[in-house]
Amino acid sequence: MDNIDWAEIGQATLDTLSMLGGSMILTVILGLPLGVILFLTGPGQMLRNRLANGVLSLVINILRSVPFVILLIVMIPLTVALVGTSLGVAGAIPPLVVGAAPFFARLVETALREVDKGVIEASFAMGAKRRQVVLGALLPEAMPGLIAAATVTAIALVSYTAMAGVVGAGGLGDLAIRFGYQRFQTDVMVVTVVLLLVLVQALQMVGDAVVRKVSHR
Amino acid sequence: MITFEDVSKTYGGQASGRAALAGVSLSVAPGEVFGVIGASGAGKSTLIRLINGLETPSSGKVIVDGDDVAALGVEGLRSLRRRVGMIFQHFNLLSSKTVAGNVAFPLKLAGRPDAEVRARTAELLARVGLSDFAGKYPAQLSGGQKQRVGVARALATGPKVLLCDEATSALDPETTEQILELVSGLNRELGLTIVLITHEMDVVRRVCDRVAVLEAGRVVETGPVEQVFLHPASATARRFVMEVEGPLGGVPGEAGASVDGRLVRLTFRGEATYRPILGAVARETGVDYSILGGRIHRLRETPYGQLTLSLTGGDVEAAIARFQADGVRVDLVGGAGR
Repeated sequence: MDNIDWAEIGQATLDTLSMLGGSMILTVILGLPLGVILFLTGPGQMLRNRLANGVLSLVINILRSVPFVILLIVMIPLTVALVGTSLGVAGAIPPLVVGAAPFFARLVETALREVDKGVIEASFAMGAKRRQVVLGALLPEAMPGLIAAATVTAIALVSYTAMAGVVGAGGLGDLAIRFGYQRFQTDVMVVTVVLLLVLVQALQMVGDAVVRKVSHR
Repeated sequence: MITFEDVSKTYGGQASGRAALAGVSLSVAPGEVFGVIGASGAGKSTLIRLINGLETPSSGKVIVDGDDVAALGVEGLRSLRRRVGMIFQHFNLLSSKTVAGNVAFPLKLAGRPDAEVRARTAELLARVGLSDFAGKYPAQLSGGQKQRVGVARALATGPKVLLCDEATSALDPETTEQILELVSGLNRELGLTIVLITHEMDVVRRVCDRVAVLEAGRVVETGPVEQVFLHPASATARRFVMEVEGPLGGVPGEAGASVDGRLVRLTFRGEATYRPILGAVARETGVDYSILGGRIHRLRETPYGQLTLSLTGGDVEAAIARFQADGVRVDLVGGAGR
């Protein structure tokens, strides 16, 4: 364990956590409404609109098909415009969000499709407005699925942060690549990978616990 | 209370689409329990959804409580839906809300104050006998309990009309009985107008005042339940009656037997069902009878009996006149002079 600089590992852990936290919050803020709109404009839904749904779906597919490493680089001008730098944790967050939000939006759409149509119909039959149906019935009924979608997205973001080292964002993944892989420091590699594993495992366990808590099926 | 004026509904465009309803006209009086019976795909589901505007007619008018449903704006429709409750085959409760939360939901949608919501919810749960289940989730309830939550929820905004969409089709016979009893009670005690759709004649027999028989989007027969039940005029109605009662009673040819004498079908209703008319008439007119088939049951509260007899010897005409004089309906079913 000669090569291990615990202060550096501590800093990398913090970097990973702040990239994850910052990008996750923005991913939910952006991806949730996107997923809801994607669902509501879909065929047979209350705001069905073939054009809007088609365009939105296409944009999401385009963003999802760009490899994240490429996204990091092509987004540099936009990132600079948004946060003033393309480097470090701040520089990594915009590409992380642009990479994860479309993914999360698709998962949200899928979770909303699982909601029993009868419950939506019953809400309308009780005199609910569309907004009340979405906020009072659709989203609460889909909550277990939405939490599961957020868990999957957070874990995907953990692996995206490893690539963010390309723009000098730091973090555990970056440490694993630069020291563990490129300098053959196996001990650094093992420690960082174990920490990432602990992080992923913790996210999954917390996610599953919350799903159990909100699920009354 | 509810009027359909030449209502048609076509899905997927007028020209190429599939007609779910074609030229339906009917009316439901206030305080009445009105049944709509039909096979699956006959258009029942579309018909009931036109009443609260979940579907809009392609042509014709649906008038509910004085409002033309299709002409109502968003607010008008919401107001109508608070006056028209609905229960469903699969209950459609919110799994994320407790029993009390489900019953309170329509009140919250209507923006009622919290105190009123709480009081009304407790009152409704007591009415359906689920006060002890207020904090449970629907997944913890039996089918019958779920449907009672559905009924409480449908009553929350104090509707004048209750729509029952195959409300007992997912329940076992005993639970069906309880739910039908509950629904009948609401009709008697609150004067609620009830429209129920079903594919089971037994449900119609137990709770309905009048019934419309739907076949491929058209009303083929409509009338008081006892009339449709005892003297079905359409093939569809006969088929539904036969499903609950078996063949309509010993018409020769069906049994393959040849029977002598005059074949008659006697229909007794109410008190006549319990009087020993048959023996008395036989003694008085010297007519001999053999019973070829029969049924005795109840339509709501009214007992009825129907017998198919072969009359031989004696004065057959006098016997028929005597039956009629006693309030028994006599239908000749052929076989005369054989």
